[in-house]
Amino acid sequence: MGMTVAEKILARASGLASVKAGDVVEPKVDLAMSHENAALVINQFLEVFQGTGVKPKIWDPSKVTIIFDHRVPAESPKTASNQKKVREFVASNGIDRFHDIRGDVGGICHQILPESGYVRPGNVVAGTDSHTTSHGALSAFAFGIGATEMASVWVLGTALNVEVPPTIKVVVKGRFRKFVGPKDLILHLIGKISAQGANFKVLEFHGSTVRAMSTSGRLVICNMSVEAGATAGIVPADRETIRYLRKEAGIKGEIELAAPDRDAVYEQVMKIDVSKLEPQVACPHTVDNVKPVASVIGTKINQVVIGSCTNGRLDDLEIAATILKGKKVAQKTRMLVFPASGRIYAQALAKGYIGTFMKAGAVVMNPGCGPCLGVHEGALGDGEVALSTTNRNFKGRMGNPKSEVYLCSPAVAAASAITGVITNPRKGVR
Amino acid sequence: MASVVLKLGDDISTDVIYPGRYMATVLPTETPQFAFADHAEFNAKLKAKQIPAGSIIVGGKNFGCGSSREQAVSTLKGHDLIIVAESFARIFLQNSINLGLRTVAATGIEAAEGDELEIGGEEVINATTGKRFRIEPLPKARQAIVDAGGLIAYTRKRLLERMRAG
Repeated sequence: MGMTVAEKILARASGLASVKAGDVVEPKVDLAMSHENAALVINQFLEVFQGTGVKPKIWDPSKVTIIFDHRVPAESPKTASNQKKVREFVASNGIDRFHDIRGDVGGICHQILPESGYVRPGNVVAGTDSHTTSHGALSAFAFGIGATEMASVWVLGTALNVEVPPTIKVVVKGRFRKFVGPKDLILHLIGKISAQGANFKVLEFHGSTVRAMSTSGRLVICNMSVEAGATAGIVPADRETIRYLRKEAGIKGEIELAAPDRDAVYEQVMKIDVSKLEPQVACPHTVDNVKPVASVIGTKINQVVIGSCTNGRLDDLEIAATILKGKKVAQKTRMLVFPASGRIYAQALAKGYIGTFMKAGAVVMNPGCGPCLGVHEGALGDGEVALSTTNRNFKGRMGNPKSEVYLCSPAVAAASAITGVITNPRKGVR
Repeated sequence: MASVVLKLGDDISTDVIYPGRYMATVLPTETPQFAFADHAEFNAKLKAKQIPAGSIIVGGKNFGCGSSREQAVSTLKGHDLIIVAESFARIFLQNSINLGLRTVAATGIEAAEGDELEIGGEEVINATTGKRFRIEPLPKARQAIVDAGGLIAYTRKRLLERMRAG
C-alpha cells in the first residue's frame, strides 16, 4: 500500500519499511527546536535524571537548536534571567545551533531554521512551538510539542508513542489574482474546514498553484496549517525546494526528495481553485472566522502589524513597500513592521523597503515575534482594533482582552494602513 | 461526583487559559496564579482557594487550541481541575497527558455551571439533568504515559531501560 509524505518520513525515522495512519511509532528526531521556553525544557530535562544516578546528557547536541525570538530584547528581568539560564546551559552542553539576540543571525525560529539550512526534506522536526508546522514547506514532518515532551526528546532522541496521523490531500489550482496570495489561500482553507478541521491530521498540499509558489509562500500555508488543528502541513519537495535549499539555505551535497507514493492513501481529497479568490480576512476572535475583505471594508483600525513567522519575509515586505511607496500611514493609525530575521531585515534595507516604510510613517522594529502574542511590545488599548499579518486573533492575543485583531495578507495590511480602515488593495487606494 | 465551576464554549485557546503576557513564568509551581487571568472573577476565586480540588471545567469542541505553551496545562493542573470537553486540540491533550492533567472527551457533553457530574470509565453522567455522555478513549499510543504517571516518569523508565540494554 502506498504511503503519504508523512507516512514515508515516519516509517524511515522509525526504522520500518512502511507505516499507515493509526500505527504507533517512535521516530528519531532530526531537529529539536526551542525558543525562550527552553528555560522550562531545561527544568524538565534535569528532572528526568533526578534520582537515577545518571549524569544529565543531551542525546545529540548537534540536533538541538535554540532561537531567542519571543521576547527580544528582554522586556523584563524575569525574561532576561531565563534567557541567561538558557545561554549558560547552551554553552555547557555543546549546543552550537544557538541563535541569540543578534542583528546578523538572529530572528524568528521559523525563518532561522529554513534560512540556516537546518531543515531538509524527509526530516522529522519537533519544536516547542505550535507553528513548527512551518517547516513542512521543505517537505519535513514538523510538529509542535510541549516543553516536557521536548525534554523527553533531549534525553532519548525520539518522539515517544506517536500515532501516525491520517492525511488530507489539498489540491490547489489556478493563478492568484493581483494582491491575492498564499495567506489568502490558507485563511480561505481554514475558514472552510474550521479551526479543528484537521485536528490530529496532516495537510499535504498539491496542485499547480502550490508548485508555482515560492518556498516563502509555502512557509505561510504550512505555518498556518496548525490553525486548522493540523499536526503537520507538508508540501512535497520539488525543484523550488532544491532551489531554496541551494541558493538561500546554502546546502551542498545530496538532497533527498520526500514525495508521496502514487497510490498513497488519503483520508480525504480537497480541491480549491484560487483563480477567483478575493483577499481574505479572519475576524475576531477565531482564526476560522474568515470573510472576503469586501464584507469588512471600512472597519476602523488603530494598529497595523506586518511581520511574524507567517508574513515577515522579503516578498511580504516587498508587496507592502510597493503599496506604501510615496504614501503615508493614516494619522490615527500606527504601523509596526517586524522583519522575520536579521538577514531579511538587511535585504529589505538594501532594496529600500525599510526606507519606504519609515518615510510612510511606519515604525520598523527588530526581528522577533513582536506584538503577535502580546508578551512584549505593541499591545493594544481598550477597545482598539489591530489588522495584522500574524497568525492568531484569539481574545487577548495582542495583550488585551478588550481589543480586537483581524488577520490578513501584507497587501491588505499595507493598503489599510494608508486609509486607516480595512481596505481592499485590489480596488486601489485613494 | 464533582461540580462544574466554569462552562465555556468551543475553541477555547491557550491564550485564554494562560495569556501570553505571563509566559515568562514557566515553572509549574508558579503558573497556577495566572489561570484564566483575563477572566478576573474566576481567577480571583481560584487564587482565593474557593474552588475545591477535583472541580470541573466544561468546554466545547477543540479545547486548548493554539499555542503549545505548557503553562496552559500546568496552570490548571496546579488547581487540580478536571477538564471535560467535546474534544481537545492535539498539543493541549498531549501536554495534559504528559503532565497528568485529567482531561475527559465526552461526546455531546451538556452541562451548566453548578451541575454535578459523575465521571466513570465509559461515560460522564450529569447527575443534575440525568443525561449521559459517552467518553472517547485517549489516543491508544498515550495510555502508557498515563500508566507510568506522566512523561517525566515514563522517559526516566525508558532511559534506564536503554542504559541496562547498553
